[in-house]
Amino acid sequence: MSKNKDNWKIWEVFIRSRNGLSHKHVGSLHAPDAEVALKNARDVYTRRSEGISIWVVPSEAITASSPDEKEPLFTPADDKVYRHPTFYDIPDEVGHM
Amino acid sequence: MTTEMNLEQKFQDYVDAENKIEPKDWMPDRYRKTLIRQISQHAHSEVVGMLPEANWITRAPSLRRKVALLAKVQDEAGHGLYLYSAAETLGADRQDMVEDLLSGKAKYSSIFNYPTPTWADIGAIGWLVDGAAIANQVMLCRTSYGPYSRAMVRICKEESFHQRQGYEIMMTLARGTEKQKQMAQEALNRWWWPSLMMFGPTDDESPNSAQSMKWKIKRKSNDQLRQEFIDKTVPQAEFLGLQVPDPDLKWNEERGHYNFGTIDWEEFYNVINGNGKCNKQRMDARNKAHDEGEWVREAANAYALKEQKRKEQVAA
Amino acid sequence: MQKELLEYTLRLGDNALILGQRLGEWCGYGPVLEQDIALSNIALDQLGQARMLMQYAARLKGEEYTEDKMAFFRDVTEYHNVLMLELPNDHWGFTIMRQFLFDTFNYYQYTQLLQSQDDHIKSVAQKAIKEITYHAQWSAEWVIRLGDGTEESHQKMQTALDELWQWTGEMLTPDAVDEKMREAGIGADLNKVKEEWQQKVAEILEIATLKKPEDDWMQEGGKQGEHSEHLGYILAEMQHLPRMYPEAEW
Ligand SMILES: [Fe+2]
Ligand SMILES: [Fe+2]
Ligand SMILES: [Fe+2]
Repeated sequence: MSKNKDNWKIWEVFIRSRNGLSHKHVGSLHAPDAEVALKNARDVYTRRSEGISIWVVPSEAITASSPDEKEPLFTPADDKVYRHPTFYDIPDEVGHM
Repeated sequence: MTTEMNLEQKFQDYVDAENKIEPKDWMPDRYRKTLIRQISQHAHSEVVGMLPEANWITRAPSLRRKVALLAKVQDEAGHGLYLYSAAETLGADRQDMVEDLLSGKAKYSSIFNYPTPTWADIGAIGWLVDGAAIANQVMLCRTSYGPYSRAMVRICKEESFHQRQGYEIMMTLARGTEKQKQMAQEALNRWWWPSLMMFGPTDDESPNSAQSMKWKIKRKSNDQLRQEFIDKTVPQAEFLGLQVPDPDLKWNEERGHYNFGTIDWEEFYNVINGNGKCNKQRMDARNKAHDEGEWVREAANAYALKEQKRKEQVAA
Repeated sequence: MQKELLEYTLRLGDNALILGQRLGEWCGYGPVLEQDIALSNIALDQLGQARMLMQYAARLKGEEYTEDKMAFFRDVTEYHNVLMLELPNDHWGFTIMRQFLFDTFNYYQYTQLLQSQDDHIKSVAQKAIKEITYHAQWSAEWVIRLGDGTEESHQKMQTALDELWQWTGEMLTPDAVDEKMREAGIGADLNKVKEEWQQKVAEILEIATLKKPEDDWMQEGGKQGEHSEHLGYILAEMQHLPRMYPEAEW
């Protein structure tokens, strides 16, 4: 909760830049309620036609996974190389895949 | 203690490997504090930086210039907002940061304490001040803290029109009447040295820089950035047919860089410490806007609360 | 007919320009960054509309005219905006209330202009209506929010409304030029706009818990070039540079 009566809460903004793509986190802003948050998101984050659909979510409503306090997750998931396309050997002649 | 050092070493290795730090990752306390200070100062600069240019929105000499300037100053408000947001991911609160600015506790770029007496100053600011800011911001796109770097990428995209807008104004003036050309030259004279000061004290005078470089919060030193800016800007001034106000400015074939004169650091510290022409004016303006906006921010919260209660009543 | 068309175009254009100019004054001084940006967006829309209309007016006027000549080289009595838009911004709530009263009018006006027989005005309307629809929604929501916010905000909005009311009559009352343009199928039917405006405004004010003032004396004259003292200062500020160096390009 905000400590001052005039402090607006934080919202996270997600924008779909065009159909076929999913909403992507673009940043955050302050607003007193969802309607204002949506309009502010439009005015702040789509001034250069960056989007066609906006989601706003109160930051406090987001539950985030937390890296372990003692042992930070500084090791990227490099061991799962089989998840990456370059793991598989396909001759160049086959073309782009 | 050992675990802490262990963590710090791991953190450093992680950063050294060009990985980004994200909000929930472990980070040294000083890293967090340094970032909050740097990002919030940067945010304050964007917001205070609106004022010298907003000064000319109502007086822009053509409708095309008017809309371009308004859009530019509006962008700067956006930049302030993105940066405050980035600082908030580190646990800072925008209201606190703003209050630090308003009370004079927090600093902002002292360049914005210089006045914009003529229209040519708008050209010079776009060209030189945004130019210097961009040099800094391009470097910061690669900063180690994820949200900061992402804000910078967005800002850099938007900045690209700011400098062109300014240079176009200078070009029009430089090719205009005698009087316009004079106006442009005088603005260059006013803004050249303060722009060079924007990069901060020389490397041997900025003790915190080394740690920031190590953490990859900063990616280039003040002197490095300053030299790059000069090398890039001098030919642009020549193209305009304007004289850079530095008698010592000279191309150094050997170094592959321009040599330039000594910066008046006394002026720099004077302006930082409140003796610029506009320090008081800028702070008064920010305070007034904040104070007079309080009832609006409060009313919006009060309304939101009422609406929520009404909805709960309907549901009950 | 050509004369009336020019004046009608200038009325539309001057409304957009003077309001855009006033809103531009807010840039850097809004109550919070988000609202500062929002109002600048509206200002930019207004100025964009103003430019299109000034370009058209310049064309109607003749070869040697340009949008900037129309904007920067006309004096007070040659401006045709309604008086309400030249009033000083006062506090944020006053600016928002004026915006709401004007946006609502503009929305119904431009909705009709979508059918204009004049191709230029029609094409301006096609672009502008999307912007104005958003403005009208935005300002109405904020009138509600501030009207039904705190005791203080309610008071401020009621006072603003009471002060502004006498300036609303002009835009809703047709004169000879408006009539002629309506008959030609070019301009909007202001009597119809008035009805729609009254209904919408009453509806929003009620939600905002604000009391609609009684219709009393209404100010007029701006459309015909008879202005308050404020416009002179707006123009002095806006026009000084091009007028000081009339031979210069910017
Ligand atoms: Fe406060
Ligand atoms: Fe910026
Ligand atoms: Fe900029």
